[in-house]
Amino acid sequence: MTVDAKRANLPPLSLHVPEPKFRPGDAVDFTEVAVPPAGAQSRPDTAADPSSFHELAYTLVRVLDENGQAVGPWNPKLDPDTLRKMLHDMALVRAFDERMFRAQRQGKTSFYMKCTGEEAVAIAAAHALASDDMCFPSYRQQGLLIARGYSLVQMMNQIYSNKGDDLAGKQLPIMYSSKEKGFFSISGNLTTQYPQAVGWAMASAAKGDTRIAATWCGEGSTAEGDFHSALTFATVYKAPVILNVVNNQWAISSFSGFAGAEATTFAARALGYGIAGLRVDGNDALAVYAATLWAAERARTNQGPTLIEHFTYRTEGHSTSDDPTQYRSAGEPTAWPLGDPIARLKAHLIAIGEWDEERHVEMDRELAEQVKVAQKEAEKNGILGHGLHQPLDSLFDGVFEEMPWHLREQRQMMLDEEEASGRPWARKQ
Amino acid sequence: MSEAIVSETATGEAGAGTRMNMIQAINSALDVMMARDPDVIVMGEDVGYFGGVFRATAGLQAKHGKTRVFDTPITECGIVGVAIGMGAYGLRPVPEIQFADYIYPALDQLVSEAARLRYRSGGQFTAPLTIRSPYGGGIFGGQTHSQSPEGIFTHVSGVKTVIPSTPYDAKGLLIASIEDNDPVIFFEPKRIYNGPFNGHWDRPAENWSKHPGGEVPEGYYRVELGKAAIVRPGEALTVLAYGTMVHVVKATVEEMGIDAEIIDLRTLVPLDIETIEESVRKTGRCMVVHEATRTSGFGAELASLVQERCFYHLEAPVERVTGFDTPYPHSLEWAYFPGPVRIGQALKKILKD
Repeated sequence: MTVDAKRANLPPLSLHVPEPKFRPGDAVDFTEVAVPPAGAQSRPDTAADPSSFHELAYTLVRVLDENGQAVGPWNPKLDPDTLRKMLHDMALVRAFDERMFRAQRQGKTSFYMKCTGEEAVAIAAAHALASDDMCFPSYRQQGLLIARGYSLVQMMNQIYSNKGDDLAGKQLPIMYSSKEKGFFSISGNLTTQYPQAVGWAMASAAKGDTRIAATWCGEGSTAEGDFHSALTFATVYKAPVILNVVNNQWAISSFSGFAGAEATTFAARALGYGIAGLRVDGNDALAVYAATLWAAERARTNQGPTLIEHFTYRTEGHSTSDDPTQYRSAGEPTAWPLGDPIARLKAHLIAIGEWDEERHVEMDRELAEQVKVAQKEAEKNGILGHGLHQPLDSLFDGVFEEMPWHLREQRQMMLDEEEASGRPWARKQ
Repeated sequence: MSEAIVSETATGEAGAGTRMNMIQAINSALDVMMARDPDVIVMGEDVGYFGGVFRATAGLQAKHGKTRVFDTPITECGIVGVAIGMGAYGLRPVPEIQFADYIYPALDQLVSEAARLRYRSGGQFTAPLTIRSPYGGGIFGGQTHSQSPEGIFTHVSGVKTVIPSTPYDAKGLLIASIEDNDPVIFFEPKRIYNGPFNGHWDRPAENWSKHPGGEVPEGYYRVELGKAAIVRPGEALTVLAYGTMVHVVKATVEEMGIDAEIIDLRTLVPLDIETIEESVRKTGRCMVVHEATRTSGFGAELASLVQERCFYHLEAPVERVTGFDTPYPHSLEWAYFPGPVRIGQALKKILKD
């Protein structure tokens, strides 16, 4: 019998192309999103074998319940001051995002990216890490800088590429870098920071240091080859690193199904590598804090890496260049079953008698004012497009430690162009 | 290379000289640097216990320990990405890519990350890596053990590209590369690991025992990056070459009795333009020789630079002798390789004008 004859009765193959549940105009019903009760998840010993994490990689670690109470074994039992500081930092990130988004719309800068709805992911992690642990963020963890006390004015200087910009106008807005705050230079190339974080952690271990590394990528970026390389290196050398996947359901216009979410969770990816995998309610600041603290202790005691999937929702567009109403239902952000991270932590503080509506309103007012003052300060250094903020002859700085002859020649060519243009630019002091 | 040029370009406390092949010289450079600087680490596929598929890292793990010399998973983007992270921590990693043909999975980490880290971070973070990788053909390596991808890296701003042609230079240039605070791609011409190659594949292979470049000091010395070497002074024309081709050209011009000035570039970026200009202005003729494919190869950059800077001194068009614009073949290797016949024909042509 020929091969063709044998296959004659088989149905034709079909290619599965994932499709999100809701498109523009659709009514949203998120009841299929499994939300287990807060407090129901076990908390293993930080030295537990990676093979025992199956359940934790498929459920959601949750601490804050519907009544605003912190419950279960993952409750980090934080003091009210720490809770209020986390609430404050998340609200500050949101105020900052709103102001900078508007600044882009006003033409003061070319580009901005908000993290609305994902504030807990970076803020709670920053509170759980030691201040000298090294962070390798993606572009949506501005909360790390804010929680670590980086100056808002310096962030804005970078966004405006003005004369106060630490990065000398060389980087696209929001691609921050602060060695002092343990915040690695952000790259436009996705997930490249993943193996870099593992390498930093390996170096720390090789040197007998006590510092650990943490890195972040979106669920869409887990599809990059660097993700696989990083997890392989992390497990082979038991690197003291926390690998965070921020699953906000959307990679620009592609829903998480295009990163493989229809078949499994992102935390479950850890299991195949022999890495502890936790899946966490990313809008529950206490769950994020507890999971990060747990993973940090695991790393610091030489038990190896942890992958944490933060299950959350990208409330706004991907960036100022994106209009999410073109590809998803406008009803999604409000229907999201895990709510808003700021509202949930606020409700908790109120429920335990450590906060109230009036103080919250007052805090928001103060933060808006603080951001506004910082913006005025930053704008004294200039905004994008108003004049030439960077000295002309700085363009070639930093390609190499020392400038080789061909760059010196090209710099001279540029200075000659300036003369020909009749528009003198600023020079270095 | 003449002894005079060796002593002119080297700096450091070299110590006694001994005979080494290029593998031993590279091994010695790594050993010297690991002993001098506790932040130097060596990593790559098979480089640890086994000592490398070419033996370049033999004995280093036993001497310096597993946390400084170690085997890695087979993932080139991982190797380079991890090395960048180690550099950010403060180490000085020397990762190996087993063959230059396999460096492509690491291109994103090299081009998008290592090359621009200093620039994009306003100097806050740097990538002081030296990526060692055997390159070039002439060993029946076929398509994926013979390539010369240097032109890909010379096109990337922020990376230095270094290619030695003798054991002496290999050690001195590798030490200088490791000490350099910028990322360096260090391509090792594997055809001449064991001896210089005159291009006559059908004659017995030579070894480094009689070549002056095989005399290598045991201790620390540097051959500075960005400085070419005049391998053979001459008047008739200037030949620009690097790696294996330095030896093929030298043998060919000597067989033909041509008084060529041969310049071993040693560092492609940053290029020693002064030595090139001075030579071409003197000879009036310039030939560029490399194994890599022709179109958009580094030879195009060299020819263009010579044309721009020495135009009124040129008595003939700049000639390029290169590999053909095909993947590197297995059985037809010696038809592909720019050997003595192709070089000889080009020499006749350029001298006829």
